[in-house]
Amino acid sequence: MSLDKDQVQHIAMLARLKVADEEFADTVDKLSRIVDFVDQLSQADTENVVPMAHPLDAVQRLRKDAVTESNQRGDIQKNAPAISDGLYLVPKVIE
Amino acid sequence: MIAEDLHTQTLTQLAQGLEQGDFTSVELTQALLERIERLGGDLNAFITVTADRALAAAERSDAARAEGEIGVPGIGVPGIGVLNGLPLVHKDIFCTRGVLTTCGSRMLENFVSPYDASVVERLSAAGAVMLGKTNMDEFAMGSSNETSYFGPVRNPWNLECSPGGSSGGSSASVAARLTPAATGTDTGGSIRQPAALTGTTGLKPTYGRVSRYGMIAFASSLDQAGVITRSAEDAALLLGVMAGFDERDSTSIDQPVPDYVAGLGDSLKGLRVGIVRQHFDAGLDDACGAAVREALAVLESQGATLTEVDLPNLDLSVPTYYVVAPAECSSNLSRFDGVRFGRRAEDPEDLLDLYCRSRGEGFGAEVKRRIMTGTYVLSAGYYDAYYLKAQQVRHLIADDFRQAFADVDVIAGPTAPTPAFKLGDKIDDPITMYLNDIYTIGANLAGLPGISVPCGFADELPVGLHLVGPHFGEEQILRASHQYQLQTDWHTRCPEAFA
Repeated sequence: MSLDKDQVQHIAMLARLKVADEEFADTVDKLSRIVDFVDQLSQADTENVVPMAHPLDAVQRLRKDAVTESNQRGDIQKNAPAISDGLYLVPKVIE
Repeated sequence: MIAEDLHTQTLTQLAQGLEQGDFTSVELTQALLERIERLGGDLNAFITVTADRALAAAERSDAARAEGEIGVPGIGVPGIGVLNGLPLVHKDIFCTRGVLTTCGSRMLENFVSPYDASVVERLSAAGAVMLGKTNMDEFAMGSSNETSYFGPVRNPWNLECSPGGSSGGSSASVAARLTPAATGTDTGGSIRQPAALTGTTGLKPTYGRVSRYGMIAFASSLDQAGVITRSAEDAALLLGVMAGFDERDSTSIDQPVPDYVAGLGDSLKGLRVGIVRQHFDAGLDDACGAAVREALAVLESQGATLTEVDLPNLDLSVPTYYVVAPAECSSNLSRFDGVRFGRRAEDPEDLLDLYCRSRGEGFGAEVKRRIMTGTYVLSAGYYDAYYLKAQQVRHLIADDFRQAFADVDVIAGPTAPTPAFKLGDKIDDPITMYLNDIYTIGANLAGLPGISVPCGFADELPVGLHLVGPHFGEEQILRASHQYQLQTDWHTRCPEAFA
């Protein structure tokens, strides 16, 4: 097993994912198999090969700094789980 | 008197019928909605059917036609009304204003998009009528449609089999004649593999050819929107409308859009077709291989020349993909935090608990695995060994293709290693599932256009011929596909229960 329980616990925390206890063993097993599988990349000779940045070698285009959208807060917040006076509500962060 | 076989006609044929006044868009829309209602249940191909909206849009198309506000149908250049009154369905990964957009996930179970994706906007502006939103693997992560929160889609050719994935609802609904066409997305084969497994035609354009705006992101350097249809001609018609520069997608390419339909008629005389030897090695089902070889012989008989080309790093494409795609997905899916939209866990203890439980509950097992794989390969200490290494190998793979396309116009081979497999057969083994995309993933890594066209049967299940072109080579793969379809009738075959 290329990954152990603690490593997977750490990865899950970095990814902000709660993995249910009953799913945990299976997650460790399958993630290990995926990591083993992609490990074959280490055999490839990539000396002096530039990492690919874009499939068409294009550069990132910048748009004009212009106002293009109107205020649609009401529409957008219809999908919010909890709002008040146009603000998103989250659990208390600062005591 | 309305023909009873409207569902059997292609988009191109339907456009002609509408133009000649043989039937109206409302009649056509009603006929297909009735089929979806009667036959769609077994397939589970739809997450949402937008019957009322469809009928209203069809009425508007009919009114526009009556008033003569219409272009000439059948011309593959963008223009108002090119698709006037023609029905289609959208994969539920495309945002549709005022309509549920779930991406196959519990996370977005109740998400109603406040805007339209560019693809949706362009097709609607051309007059297309949306019948509904199709089922898919959750966040497009899967090759069997089994990772959908809304349950697997079934293959119309055999209900025990998968229709492929991730655009499985799109492929199944086109194969079952519930719609003449569907949109899809392809990150590693998600249009072409389901097209192959259902006997439909599936086109993934060049990276950047079609806007990704409003298409829920999985792996942004690989994702591309395309179509599943019943002929290459129909794919050309739709691509002409969908393709083109979009300021709202920062990776959209500003290149003129050719008239894809106009180029279909040219013969294949002199077309140089490359064959990759490794594509026919062990791993390819015998009957699939035989069907593909026969298809190559047809192309040859039409004037194409076959030559062998080498893609030496092909074996590394699947592991490369399973580093790059999860890395990008772990970043893209960080937006689902239970705060602004999407699922939120009940009674969170604190903010961290809110994030972790909302995401834990909202995402299914495969999506969680990919997010964690991506997090791992990007994490401190592993970034160079995995992510950077994969991007280097990706460069090697792209160079292999570039070299091959110096000598050939098109690369041809099988789309998938086997015909449709049974639901449940591969879902417990991620690696076996991932290897389904072995022939298609290279095109995504290199940003190339690819198409799958039906080329025969294996065990009474459809087989796909895969054609890949150089960047912006959509015209030549569409032309080769169309010419092949003039010579063969595999693409017209229909599963008996849905005839």
